[in-house]
Amino acid sequence: MTAAAPEPKANMGKPVPRYDAAAKVTGRATYGSDMPLDNPAYAFLVTSAIAKGRINSFDLDDAKRVRGVIDIVTHENAPNLNESKLFSNGGYAGTTIQPLKSTDIAHDGQIIAVVIAESYEAAREAANRVKVSYTAATPSASFDSPGTTEAAAKGQNAQFKEDPKVGDFAKAFDEAEVKVDASYETPTQHHNPMELFSTSCAWMGDTLVIYEPSQYVHGLKNGVAEQLGIDADKVRVVNPYVGGGFGSRGSTTPRTAVIAGIARRLNRPIKLVPTRDQGFTIATYRAETRHEVKLGASRDGKLVALRHEGAEVSSRADPYCVGGTKTTTRLYACPNVDSLVSIVRADRNTPGFMRSPPEVPYLFALESAMDELAVKLNMDPIELRRINDTTNEPIGGKPYTSRSLMACFDEAAKAFGWAQRSAAPKSMSDGDWLIGYGCAATCYPTQMAPSAARVRLQRDGRTRVEIAGHEIGTGAYTILAQTAAERLGVPLEKVAVFIGDSDLPPGPVAGGSNSTASTCSAVMMVCDQVRQRLFKALMPNESLTDKAKETVGMGQTPSTQAAKGDRPIDLEKAFDALGVGVVEEYGEWKPEGAPQDSFKAMHSGHPRLVGGAAMKDKIAYAFGAEFVEVRINRFTHEIRAPRLVGAFAAGRIMNPRTARSQLMGGLIWGMSSALLEATEIDARTARYVNDNFADYLIPVNADVPGVEVILLSEQDDHINPAGAKGLGELANVGTNAAICNAIYHATGQRIRKLPVRLENIEV
Amino acid sequence: MRPFSYQRATDPDMAVQALSAAAAANKPLTQASAQPLAGGTTLIDLMKLDVMRPAAIVDINPLAQGWSEISPGRENLRLGALAKMSDVAAHDEIQRNYPVIANSLKLAASAQLRNMATLGGNVMQRTRCSYFRDVSYENCNKRNPGSGCAAMDGINRMHAVLGISDQCIATYPGDFAQALIALDATVEVTGKSGTRSMPFAELHKAPGNTPEIETTLQPGELISAFLISGRWPRSVYLKARDRQSYEFALSSTAVALDVQDGTIRDARVALGGVATVPWRAREAEAQLKGQKFDDGLAQRAADAAFAEAKGRQHNSFKIALGKRVVARALQQAVMMEI
Repeated sequence: MTAAAPEPKANMGKPVPRYDAAAKVTGRATYGSDMPLDNPAYAFLVTSAIAKGRINSFDLDDAKRVRGVIDIVTHENAPNLNESKLFSNGGYAGTTIQPLKSTDIAHDGQIIAVVIAESYEAAREAANRVKVSYTAATPSASFDSPGTTEAAAKGQNAQFKEDPKVGDFAKAFDEAEVKVDASYETPTQHHNPMELFSTSCAWMGDTLVIYEPSQYVHGLKNGVAEQLGIDADKVRVVNPYVGGGFGSRGSTTPRTAVIAGIARRLNRPIKLVPTRDQGFTIATYRAETRHEVKLGASRDGKLVALRHEGAEVSSRADPYCVGGTKTTTRLYACPNVDSLVSIVRADRNTPGFMRSPPEVPYLFALESAMDELAVKLNMDPIELRRINDTTNEPIGGKPYTSRSLMACFDEAAKAFGWAQRSAAPKSMSDGDWLIGYGCAATCYPTQMAPSAARVRLQRDGRTRVEIAGHEIGTGAYTILAQTAAERLGVPLEKVAVFIGDSDLPPGPVAGGSNSTASTCSAVMMVCDQVRQRLFKALMPNESLTDKAKETVGMGQTPSTQAAKGDRPIDLEKAFDALGVGVVEEYGEWKPEGAPQDSFKAMHSGHPRLVGGAAMKDKIAYAFGAEFVEVRINRFTHEIRAPRLVGAFAAGRIMNPRTARSQLMGGLIWGMSSALLEATEIDARTARYVNDNFADYLIPVNADVPGVEVILLSEQDDHINPAGAKGLGELANVGTNAAICNAIYHATGQRIRKLPVRLENIEV
Repeated sequence: MRPFSYQRATDPDMAVQALSAAAAANKPLTQASAQPLAGGTTLIDLMKLDVMRPAAIVDINPLAQGWSEISPGRENLRLGALAKMSDVAAHDEIQRNYPVIANSLKLAASAQLRNMATLGGNVMQRTRCSYFRDVSYENCNKRNPGSGCAAMDGINRMHAVLGISDQCIATYPGDFAQALIALDATVEVTGKSGTRSMPFAELHKAPGNTPEIETTLQPGELISAFLISGRWPRSVYLKARDRQSYEFALSSTAVALDVQDGTIRDARVALGGVATVPWRAREAEAQLKGQKFDDGLAQRAADAAFAEAKGRQHNSFKIALGKRVVARALQQAVMMEI
């Protein structure tokens, strides 16, 4: 075993190498814009240079003179498309702002023209030569800008159903012995997945094929079909690999239907590869948030009152919000809780999901406030969490299906060396560097969604698993192959996995960290169907279900204790008895508590996620604890985080290698979020200024010399058949607070606004 | 990017001819229709962004044979303009006798860029001002003379506090140039009438009322070499930045000292990340010369370096930061074991 392939503990799968590793490192893996097209035309977007106002006119003469230009599409000649409803309103879209419909400009970087040319170069050159005359109005950029409006989230966002509360917060806070009352802020951030927001659209007759990085091929297929006014069965979305998503590719963006419409009219495939800066405005982002957290506690550290008020920016058109109070009001035992989430509308593109959308900003506020409370109580911050740890969430009293929060704290603290911390702020240093240790809890809801799968087994053991899941870098291929190999008892190398294609059985959106739990549960179920057919052929009179559940071997000796009594199936005999060469099964799985319309919704591209705090009589979360060492240069005030240590428990770990990789990426992402990443908005123009990788900083290797991931063994039989809790969005949640808590320890200075930059440090 | 012709210059005359023929009297050299290509790490970038729109590229890499020497002599150092940043940074004698040069190069950009980029191209690197680099902003006096400056009251955290004018506050982004200006380097320029030399300090022009004019180079002129006299083993390049590598300076300083028997006989201080051009802090040097070093002296020198600095909404922190960086670099230089 190596650091990259940790030794599996109880209830963990094998750390087998990635199914797609060789394809990726050799460049054989084909991403959307790699897909060969027959005689494609190339599109280049022209986007608005103002955030609010209207287009007076275009001057296209210069652009049209560029050799190779085929067409320039503006609102005057754009294909007619149906409107698209917001995903939270029963639609598919991440925004209802539909470009190329009129002269109106609703946000910076809105698509206002599409140049189509014989080459990418010609399209780009012509786009640079398009001249636009605008009448600009003064936009509202963000919080504090004149002209914004603010209203409670409840009542305007259909997915935000309640502001959780219990007991009498006001009285309890008033009477509390120790209080914290503090305000926090998080910045605008953009996903910046490595693969750009490309799309290629090719029509064959009345059938459309879309090659596009998507986290939800069935959503994209149905959404684009709706906009084009065609049957969804006439649309196929193909993306066997996605170069990162982080939430930016879960809902549809306007570009796809526009390109599909132009391709239909042109009767030629079109390939669009937008630029990095266009990605800031033609897709979604994490909006800036503000928080006020009030904590009241008794002298012995017990929380008696908690209030979390959050405000989030959204567009004029859409009431997007993340509403993380559903998590922060339930994380710790507290009898008196109150909360409120509101949405501030500005002249911006509509924000959307970004890795742990609710938890990142809201837990930054709560876990910073908990550290402030620990300081006021003169108490170790780990002990404060221990005192307020709970088996039941306080709002509805529902039990957590499993909760290893304190075990994570203890394991991570030991690995980190927390005991060597001298508690007083500013008490640790090394030469030019002040040293601070900090920690925070992390958590993420365990979610599941309906999923179908098809499994085909041949008599030589070769197996094919088909599911319209998504490989967004998480390891989906690998764990699906592992799941099928284990369930069928066939060698791993005989399993082929096909995902990322909407012609395959529908899988869920690769969002909300539900994919592993959902797709593996579906594949397990369908593998059982395959096994049952084989058993039936060999043992027609026996009751099969129980035996099938525990029987491993088909052509192999059973390895589990329960299966030892069973004979391995002779695969060839079973196929002979069946009289066929191939057994193929299709099945549809849905999680406990899934709504009535789950399967219908699954086929029409609507995710029906269940889990987290929304379950009927229980609550399911994955937990972790994160520890950070920060170093702050006394002279330059540069802030570095040389050590990140996280311990995580997330039910069954399907593959410790891919799990560790995701969690490590999460810790680094979290560090980046705390210290580097912020999209700067020009307050005068409501435009994103640092919309490129030179100015929008993300960590380089030198910034993350030490990252340690500890996987805890945890078994949870109350969540899904796979026993897995999603962990893709678990690790980047606590890091923000852990870093600010460490900065407090290093400097005695409490910083409540992210990202923390050297100019914010006063030592 | 717009279509352009490509020509390889196999000797200096050919390059000079091609470039001078393309220069127009009414345009700044950066907007001339022919541009020289060395490492290309800035030019190609700006062409993709449509900021620079040359119709012709003159590739001067074939001149590398004569123009890429790294020649440390007893009395002086000669560096060819086409030497790669990485080669100079890794050179033993440069590291030993000119640590400020080696470190200014090593701390710049990324390994890949340093392998491509040349010294001459590096000092000619253009500003990273976001508004300059995005042609959708109309107001940029550097790009569109007379159009105004979007950065003045915009997002200007990275912008300059020294050498600014009411027309432009764009920061000169480079590191190596601070070492050159601190060490009183001479720049050798090859043009129509042969080779001429001038102090490196005279190469760049502060924005004033003509931010579009960035250097004193004449049409067709190319930098062919840099010369530094003497050795500067007691020298430091200190760079403060948001991340540990591959990032421009928020504040940097090149410091070189000649200390004998505890007295500073000569002092050189240059500032990066805070000024519109490579910036020599002569006021700081004056504080130091002839003095015995102590922390108070370092502080007075640092204060003097920034006496004229003016911050704006997001970059005022650079003044206090810059002073601490200078003071610390002076301490480090004094503490060096030579």
